[in-house]
Amino acid sequence: MPAAAAQPKKIKTKKSKRINRSLPTTILLGAFLFLLGAFMALPLVYAVVSAFKPMEEFFLFPPRFFVQNPTTDNFVQMVQVMSSMWVPFERYLFNTVLISFGSTIVYVVIACMAAYPLAKHDFPGRGPINSVIVTALMFTAAVTCIARYIILAMMHMIDTYWAMFLPSLATTLGVFLCVQNLHSFPTEILESGKLDGAGEYRILAQLVIPNIKPVVATMIIFQFQSVWNINGSDLIYDEALKPLVTALSQITSAGISRAGAGSAASLILLIPPILVFVISQSNVMETMVNSGIKD
Amino acid sequence: MALKSKKYSYTPRAVKEYAVSYSMLLPFLIVFCVFTLIPIICAVVLSFTNFNMLEVPTFTNWMNYRRLFFEDDVFLTALKNTLIFAVLTGPLSYIFAFFFAWLINEMPTKLRVFMTILFYAPSVSGNAYFIWQYMFSNDSYGLVNGLLISWGILDEPVLWFTDPQYNLTIIIIVQLWLSLGVSFLAFIAGLQSVDASQYEAAAVDGVKNRFQELWYITLPNMKDMLLFGAVMQISGAFSVGDITQALSGGYNSVQYSTLTIINHMTDYGTVRYEMGYASAISVILFIMVYASKKLIFKILK
Repeated sequence: MPAAAAQPKKIKTKKSKRINRSLPTTILLGAFLFLLGAFMALPLVYAVVSAFKPMEEFFLFPPRFFVQNPTTDNFVQMVQVMSSMWVPFERYLFNTVLISFGSTIVYVVIACMAAYPLAKHDFPGRGPINSVIVTALMFTAAVTCIARYIILAMMHMIDTYWAMFLPSLATTLGVFLCVQNLHSFPTEILESGKLDGAGEYRILAQLVIPNIKPVVATMIIFQFQSVWNINGSDLIYDEALKPLVTALSQITSAGISRAGAGSAASLILLIPPILVFVISQSNVMETMVNSGIKD
Repeated sequence: MALKSKKYSYTPRAVKEYAVSYSMLLPFLIVFCVFTLIPIICAVVLSFTNFNMLEVPTFTNWMNYRRLFFEDDVFLTALKNTLIFAVLTGPLSYIFAFFFAWLINEMPTKLRVFMTILFYAPSVSGNAYFIWQYMFSNDSYGLVNGLLISWGILDEPVLWFTDPQYNLTIIIIVQLWLSLGVSFLAFIAGLQSVDASQYEAAAVDGVKNRFQELWYITLPNMKDMLLFGAVMQISGAFSVGDITQALSGGYNSVQYSTLTIINHMTDYGTVRYEMGYASAISVILFIMVYASKKLIFKILK
């Protein structure tokens, strides 16, 4: 920055923690941020509020944003709507929970196993595999959906749990983040493990993983969030195998008359992914520090 | 960085020496190949064929592509809409993600964490965008219509998600609302890790306000993060599809006003079973995603 350096040097006399901050700009930016925060929060707040709105308050004119007589009727109605039209609500919830937990556990195991040699072993083929993984960050499920559908159909997996479970394991984000964070993992620890006669699998399980807990937490969160939200409507036709998300979209397509039940289902779907993030956001931040792509 | 690759020798002996490494890599590589790599290759091959999932694919040369660009006007609409989404929401959400991260960076820790959660929540709330359907509901009971009518701004309810005049704009807003995802978190983490002493040194060197600080210190320090953020935003910007399908009908929308490439692809693939044609559409999408990555890396560098 030669231009800036050429200017006369000015020594700050005022002792403050933050340098170069003018009050008017701070206020202006703060106000702007407040407005944007309100925009981001509004739909979420509305989702929560609607879930507790009695049916007649959906048909008020002029409509009211907030709820006046909160009720839990919508949750009861949601369970009834699903059970009377398709399969019991618990079945959808079970499908969602089964797939999200199953996929998250298996993914974290195979992703850690893949990331460790990719970061720490110097085997032939490492470079190309690493760059394919970075490129594949862009080829997400949505982009490759038709191609995946054909493969799943060929393997006769359409209309089974496998159709949602297996493709979700092909995500590269977790592997990428794990590799990035393992680069700075002290090699001495690995070597001391080898001197003690531990094999690579034991080194990974007993020396590496216990020392990268924030990274593992982050992988769990990202994987859980994405699998929790999978809409299997193109892959699953059997009502008994559909996840909650698909059931929700079937409810909301019925329009305003199902607004209460739809909002209740939205709220149930909304809470777990946000909650997991709230609990372990400091781990995520620690991990994301190493997310940069060196080109 | 340990990524420096030395000259590899792909001799059987070298491969055998690292047998353990390969065995650790294997489970992930198998699912990755089967569900990401092979599908992409498969799509490219099938895009030159006529394939209905029942009979053996027949080779048709460039037929599918010719049909896409010269006969299928609906595809051109989808292409146009997807480009509008990508060009508007891609850069905008990228800039927003960075800008928000920058704005909340200097807040006290507790407030910063709260704001992070608030901005990040929509992107993981998955299907909470349904709530927009109730807010912009077509009748006068919908929040927006009801309020605008009672304030005397509108005379009759607007069909927000049906009217081609409005629906694309609203979907873009919803998409922006949803788009502060992983890259946003990466930006916050990146900003937090910039060494504070650099700012002090810069102040001595004559950097006078926060914008100069941003330009001369922060951005150069965050180059790697910015590249990662770009990669993550690209696929999001091109793969708008679920939202348009759910909110405004996607391939059923009036005059195809919110039809995207993804919707068109699903229509031909999982509804009409014209897999060869759907594959050709997906190949166009791959090319667009990959080309924009190349372009963005060039710009950012």
